Amino acid sequence: MKPTDTRDPEYYHKVVDCQYACPAHTPVPEYIRKIAAEKYTEAYMINWESNVFPGILGRTCDRPCEPACRRGRVEEEPVAICRLKRVAADQKGDVQSLMPHAPFPANGKKIALIGGGPASLTVARDLAPLGYEIHLFDEQIAGGGMMRSQIPAFRLPEEVLNEEVGYILNLGIHTQFMTYVESLKAVLDQDYDAVFVGTGAPRGRDLPKLPGRKEGDAFIHIGIEWLASVAFEHVDKIGKKVIVLGGGNTAMDCCRTSRRLGGEHVKVVVRSPFKDMKASPWEKEDAQHEDVAILDNHVPLSFEVENGKLTGMKFQRVKAHYDDKGKRKLIPTGEPDVFIEADEVLIAIGQENSFPWIERDIGLEFDEWEMPVVDKVTFQSTHPKVFFGGDAAFGPENVITAVAHGHQAAVSMHQFCQEKDLHQRPAPYTNLFSTKMGIHEWSYDSPVTIDQRYLVPQAQKSITLVDRRKEVELGFDPPTGYKEAQRCLNCDVQTDFTADRCIECDACMDICPTSCITFTGNEADEDRLREKLLVPAENKSQDILVSETLKTGRVMVKDEDVCLHCGLCAERCPTSAWDMQQFFYSVTKAENV
Amino acid sequence: MTYLKPLFRHPRLPKNKLGYTLKEYEGGISTLCAGCGHDSISATIVQACFELAIEPHLVAKISGIGCSSKTPAYFLGNSHGFNSVHGRMPSVATGANMANKNMVYFGVSGDGDTASIGMGQFVHAIRRNLNMVYIVMNNGCYGLTKGQDSATADVGSASKSGHINPFQPVDLASLAVDLGATFVAQSFSGDKQQLVPLLKAAIQHQGLAFINVMSPCVTFNNNPGSTKSYDYVREHMHATGKTDFVPQEKSIQASYAEGTDTAVTLHDGSVMSLHKLAPDWDPEDRLSTVNAMQQARAKNEILTGLLYIHTGYGDLHQILNTSDTALNSLDEKSLCPGQKTLDTINAGLR
Ligand SMILES: Cc1cc2nc3c(=O)[nH]c(=O)nc-3n(C[C@H](O)[C@H](O)[C@H](O)COP(=O)(O)OP(=O)(O)OC[C@H]3O[C@@H](n4cnc5c(N)ncnc54)[C@H](O)[C@@H]3O)c2cc1C
Ligand SMILES: Cc1ncc(C[n+]2csc(CCOP(=O)(O)OP(=O)(O)O)c2C)c(N)n1
Ligand code: SF4
Ligand code: SF4
Ligand code: SF4
Ligand SMILES: [Mg+2]
Repeated sequence: MKPTDTRDPEYYHKVVDCQYACPAHTPVPEYIRKIAAEKYTEAYMINWESNVFPGILGRTCDRPCEPACRRGRVEEEPVAICRLKRVAADQKGDVQSLMPHAPFPANGKKIALIGGGPASLTVARDLAPLGYEIHLFDEQIAGGGMMRSQIPAFRLPEEVLNEEVGYILNLGIHTQFMTYVESLKAVLDQDYDAVFVGTGAPRGRDLPKLPGRKEGDAFIHIGIEWLASVAFEHVDKIGKKVIVLGGGNTAMDCCRTSRRLGGEHVKVVVRSPFKDMKASPWEKEDAQHEDVAILDNHVPLSFEVENGKLTGMKFQRVKAHYDDKGKRKLIPTGEPDVFIEADEVLIAIGQENSFPWIERDIGLEFDEWEMPVVDKVTFQSTHPKVFFGGDAAFGPENVITAVAHGHQAAVSMHQFCQEKDLHQRPAPYTNLFSTKMGIHEWSYDSPVTIDQRYLVPQAQKSITLVDRRKEVELGFDPPTGYKEAQRCLNCDVQTDFTADRCIECDACMDICPTSCITFTGNEADEDRLREKLLVPAENKSQDILVSETLKTGRVMVKDEDVCLHCGLCAERCPTSAWDMQQFFYSVTKAENV
Repeated sequence: MTYLKPLFRHPRLPKNKLGYTLKEYEGGISTLCAGCGHDSISATIVQACFELAIEPHLVAKISGIGCSSKTPAYFLGNSHGFNSVHGRMPSVATGANMANKNMVYFGVSGDGDTASIGMGQFVHAIRRNLNMVYIVMNNGCYGLTKGQDSATADVGSASKSGHINPFQPVDLASLAVDLGATFVAQSFSGDKQQLVPLLKAAIQHQGLAFINVMSPCVTFNNNPGSTKSYDYVREHMHATGKTDFVPQEKSIQASYAEGTDTAVTLHDGSVMSLHKLAPDWDPEDRLSTVNAMQQARAKNEILTGLLYIHTGYGDLHQILNTSDTALNSLDEKSLCPGQKTLDTINAGLR
């Protein structure tokens, strides 16, 4: 194989598993080290730069980084990356003085943002300091989108939301809340230089054809509409017996909210087997902890209504069958149908996009699924002035994805307004520097702890279930935060190899605790080379680092898979052929265009 | 500086017959200079013991004084060890070995420890054919005391300070063959492919197995002009052949090509298969070994691989017809067999 080009920024970026998996590519290990050093404000700002909502995400993020975390491949559990972010937010000092301050010198361009969710807010944050005049429209009473209307206060306190939305709106954004935009054409007819659509996926799926749906309508609610009604205080109670249909996170929020509004016997009923449910494992655990029963393998048959009042629902029992390709089919078991009593039912079986307010004759193309045609890189629609992001772009995702879209859309809109080529994406900012401090001393904590993941303490059920605003999770206190932070393997501190310094003494190969390093004859075929390593490199999602040919004709091959970034290879190397070099990668924002 | 090795290991690390991974055979983190050849030899011992699935508690490591003699702290951390006095490893090993014949004995020494102060001990351990693996980690200098020339330094070899050694070297492998050692091999710390099978065979060999391993001292003797540097050894190594160790249970199926391939059956039934590269050399013929070694020396080559093996000669226990039971397990009855036995013995002496 050819020698690996580690000067390609993507090579080392990929080694930092968490950062690579994070849609916004947050420099995770860097902020975790700051937390360990009690530099919470700095840790917060690193987050704020890349994911805009550290306090919100530190409580609610879907955490794609955690399943990717290298620690999960050497022991049971990944680092609690998400909850560490909250430590930074909880313990930070003054951050506002470190943020840009309005007013900014105007650049003469004007932008409209439709929808006030995380996607639009990210665009606002990135473009306001560049002098854009920004107008944000949202039908709700305040900014935040679904973070306000959907995510319940017991997971995300309103103060935290208001604080972080406030940081952005304070950048001189012109807001028009309680304003539903009825026509994109009308917006385009005004003098905006570009328009961003961040209206989310606002329509909850229904079961219109299920028998009894119409008759029981007064007792049957669409989950996301109901959650919004609770958030905006139009609804404050529910019946004692509640059925929640669906197995995703919305269903979990519905059942837990029900428990707080008077639901005593709350059952989540889901078609799929428990293990296939879409909800995150921790959300399921939290629901069960609050005495919510989860019944899997039940397909809804009908709403049962007597004398104009809902009595419950009928379900068919099924069993999952998987074919060779792992595709699932639900097969009736033949057991008798099940009747479950209920006073009210919440339908939380998914969300859809809906754009009734966008005219179809303004040059903005929609596809066969009624979704706008949006460029995956530039987020531009087929109408050059109109950009999409967040759930509105490609369907419902999560907050961190909306933020990532927002950054990219902001880059494009800036390029568009400056009449630059949108496909010439600016390169990421990277930096690589040695952590060597002394002969065997590094500027990071190289020893690897064996501590297992720490649990985030929760408030007592007796307190949280009587007040829907009472936050359940209490967050790590600083000492626990420190210990959890020390579990991070510092994957951004790269093992950087210089072939012409190596004298092939084998010291690094001998010391490496996780057998990452092998000196061997080269192979043309990558799979062959992977097989030849001390422990064959079976995890193909992880790269192997192949050196240039060494003096003896062999090559050094390092499997990145389970490297602990412990620095021992570099400590045992007599010639500093290995060096531990810290790699910083940040996605370019509009300000760097 | 890291003093502790992280406890995590590769999740797919292979296991041996005992269900152990390499981790169970590792020792503490080395305090030797980074890049020292001795550390590679330690890693090879770990590998060989792992592959042979030796119970770590049935191994004793005995050493003298020197960087090389420190290494038992860095391998087989779950085994017994005795870091003895300069040049006295063989005496302590003899005592331990006599007390319990049911263990694997590693005698670890350096060229200073063996070829100077311990020369007499070395010679007698061979003469007695003590059942042990005797490893010399040979760097041509006294590493621990800052690199003075040792008795194995080649004449004309330059030290780091530029000093040229005026004396003839002691060739430990030739000496061992000459003294009648029953297993003699030579290797290089940087050649694990050769050293692992050699070590495995040495462990299985019943009798004294001597391995002289070139092991560069990166700090004091890895300079240009030294004949014990990584570069020099790599350039001048000449293998007698490709050695393979075939464990007992597999040896019956193994097949060997005519002519260049030889198989030597060891005491426990395992086999050393040799693909010979050196012509006119037969590892079971002492004369041919001496010849091959002299020729290599004349050509400035370092002959590596198995040099000589003789399986038909009993070890010290067989020679002395000692007890099969370890001394610490003998009960009072066998230690004091009574008046009648004493009378018989006395009668035999009259
Ligand atoms: C119950 C529930 C719980 C969730 N929990 C989490 C969680 O824990 N973590 C997570 O990461 N994600 C969660 N999500 C998903 C997350 O909320 C969304 O993916 C994210 O908010 C999408 O952001 P956005 O900017 O695309 O749009 P949204 O947040 O959906 O905001 C769109 C805004 O636009 C407004 N709007 C729409 N049309 C118009 C119009 N024509 N005129 C004016 N305003 C308009 C809407 O009222 C809304 O305020 C959850 C979703 C739901 C439904
Ligand atoms: C009786 C005695 N004499 C001298 C010494 C000093 N001394 C310590 S180590 C050593 C030489 C070690 O050389 P070698 O065995 O080759 O080991 P290396 O450090 O090179 O591996 C000497 C002379 C000593 N420790 N004890
Ligand atoms: S150990 Fe730390 S740096 Fe490495 S992947 Fe996990 S969180 Fe990221
Ligand atoms: S840092 Fe070096 S020694 Fe440590 S695990 Fe990674 S490759 Fe191995
Ligand atoms: S420790 Fe350094 S010199 Fe030795 S083999 Fe490894 S990289 Fe090469
Ligand atoms: Mg020495």
